[in-house]
Amino acid sequence: MNLLTELREGLSISWSAIRANKLRSALTTLGIVIGIVTVTLMGTAISGLNSSFMTSVSSIGADVLFVDRRSWFTKSAQEWIQGQKRPIITLAIAEGLARQLTLASAVAPVADTEADVNYQKRRASSVSIVGTTENYITTMGLTVAAGRFLSAGECNGGRPVCVLGSVAATNLFLEASPLGQKILIDQHPFEVVGVLEKLGGFAGDGGLDSQIMIPIPQYTKNLERNPNYEIQVKVSHLEQIEDAADELRLVMRRLRQLPPGKPDDFAINQQDQFLELFHQLAGTIGMVGIFITGLSLFVGGIGIMNIMFVSVAERTREIGVRKAIGAKRRTILLQFLIEAASICLLGGLIALAIAWPATLLLNKIMPAALSPTIVGIALLVSLVTGVVSGFLPAWRAARMNPVDALRNE
Amino acid sequence: MGTETVHALREVSLEIQKGEYVAIMGPSGSGKSTLMNLLGCLDTPSGGSYELNGIRVSQMNDNQLAEIRNREIGFIFQTFNLLPRSDALRNVELPLIYAGVSPAQRRKTALETLASVGLADRVHHKPNELSGGQRQRVAVARALVNRPSILLADEPTGNLDSKTGTEIMGLFENLSNNGNTIIVVTHEEAIARQSRRIIRIRDGLIASDERIR
Repeated sequence: MNLLTELREGLSISWSAIRANKLRSALTTLGIVIGIVTVTLMGTAISGLNSSFMTSVSSIGADVLFVDRRSWFTKSAQEWIQGQKRPIITLAIAEGLARQLTLASAVAPVADTEADVNYQKRRASSVSIVGTTENYITTMGLTVAAGRFLSAGECNGGRPVCVLGSVAATNLFLEASPLGQKILIDQHPFEVVGVLEKLGGFAGDGGLDSQIMIPIPQYTKNLERNPNYEIQVKVSHLEQIEDAADELRLVMRRLRQLPPGKPDDFAINQQDQFLELFHQLAGTIGMVGIFITGLSLFVGGIGIMNIMFVSVAERTREIGVRKAIGAKRRTILLQFLIEAASICLLGGLIALAIAWPATLLLNKIMPAALSPTIVGIALLVSLVTGVVSGFLPAWRAARMNPVDALRNE
Repeated sequence: MGTETVHALREVSLEIQKGEYVAIMGPSGSGKSTLMNLLGCLDTPSGGSYELNGIRVSQMNDNQLAEIRNREIGFIFQTFNLLPRSDALRNVELPLIYAGVSPAQRRKTALETLASVGLADRVHHKPNELSGGQRQRVAVARALVNRPSILLADEPTGNLDSKTGTEIMGLFENLSNNGNTIIVVTHEEAIARQSRRIIRIRDGLIASDERIR
């Protein structure tokens, strides 16, 4: 008898056994249902947490690579001085990067300085002025609260316009709307076209909320003729950040025309501390989740094992008859394994039917979705639980001596 | 303390030819059950040997024995031992399933065999929907369906009233006339008398071996 026939026979036998003991099967299945519902909800919760982490991490720029003259983390004064001697990073390089990078979704050159800003009689000194392009809103993950951000046309040399950080806006305009108003930056007039959403947190308080953004042509014309730029490169997929950094380094070396063997005269910085923190946290949460889930599944598995022992015991005579008629050990083993696996798989399916609406409810509190991966894992886990916990009872059945089994009343 | 090994059978030397109709008789505890288990390849002897169709069975392992039982032995039990949740057809198909016969072929063979024991109109009845005699007929069909070398019946009429018992013994008579080898284990003289050779076992020994009719 080949394996396929054995599987088919095992399925039909186990199905009739499950139907013959409806209440018992239902109660046993319940244990597995609870286990699998826990797995599934835990899975969706973890992946929901993951994605909300990802969003907040990306808002602080973990998926952004920063090309600078020198590293953010210089280890010695000498290194710092060396960095200062390197050629500045120009707008041409930013344009080259924008053209050549394939793993980047946005490239924004950024120059900044400080200047005094006036609106009518109100005055703010030493305000951080950022010269950049329309891509800055993407690389920094900013949102506009009122008006709009700088347009591509303005960034290619148009009118003097500016966008205010939320704190900068309240400092100059208090409660009034700044849109369409003229402010003076270092005595040059700029029209306010937009105000950013307040970021808060360390990113906002760290300066983003209080800065003023203007197009690069206006920046070079009025504030700093030949600035050293920082180029922000946002990668398309956070998972590819290592590859993107490699690509970025290669393109940079080409743009800088560095011969092989010569060290980089630039640095690629990234907020990988945040990434590390994120991975640690996600890992810990995942471990705890797996442990808790594993526990409830374990209990369900014990229930299956228990009921399978009962099932084997009360069908001892049937096992004897089957063996007398020619069933081999493998056939009997498979029969009971399939029965255990079917109960568990049934439990898995019911659990998914429960978990699906539960996930929709959960989604109101946190991002949660029943992904095909989770569905697959849940079914696989229930199958494995059945096979593992059914093995011992099935093994006992398979090894029964037909003479003793037939004598059993 | 200590265990004493009990030899249920000693110095039993026995030869049964193809086509014979043999009754094995003996009081309980005589060792006739052990002899039946050995003949039916359900058990292997701790000493001595057993050859079935020239194949030495006594040294075989579990799985080999299962295969031999499937091909060579048809069991008929006192308590029928049908699978309660399966209908007559499926019960009769069971040995064919274990033999690896294709679904279409085994259905055909099982239906033919059921018809040959007079149950053509009961194939989809479950055991609890059949009378005792009908159940034993299903069991006989199940025993026959793989065309085994031996039909081994253990008290086949023990759970039947005398009328249906007679019917079943009539069935055996026909099967024997058609060339089947039949071994009936019984303690009823009247049943044993219907065979052609009676082997009496007492205290693990063959007490007598006589041909009748």
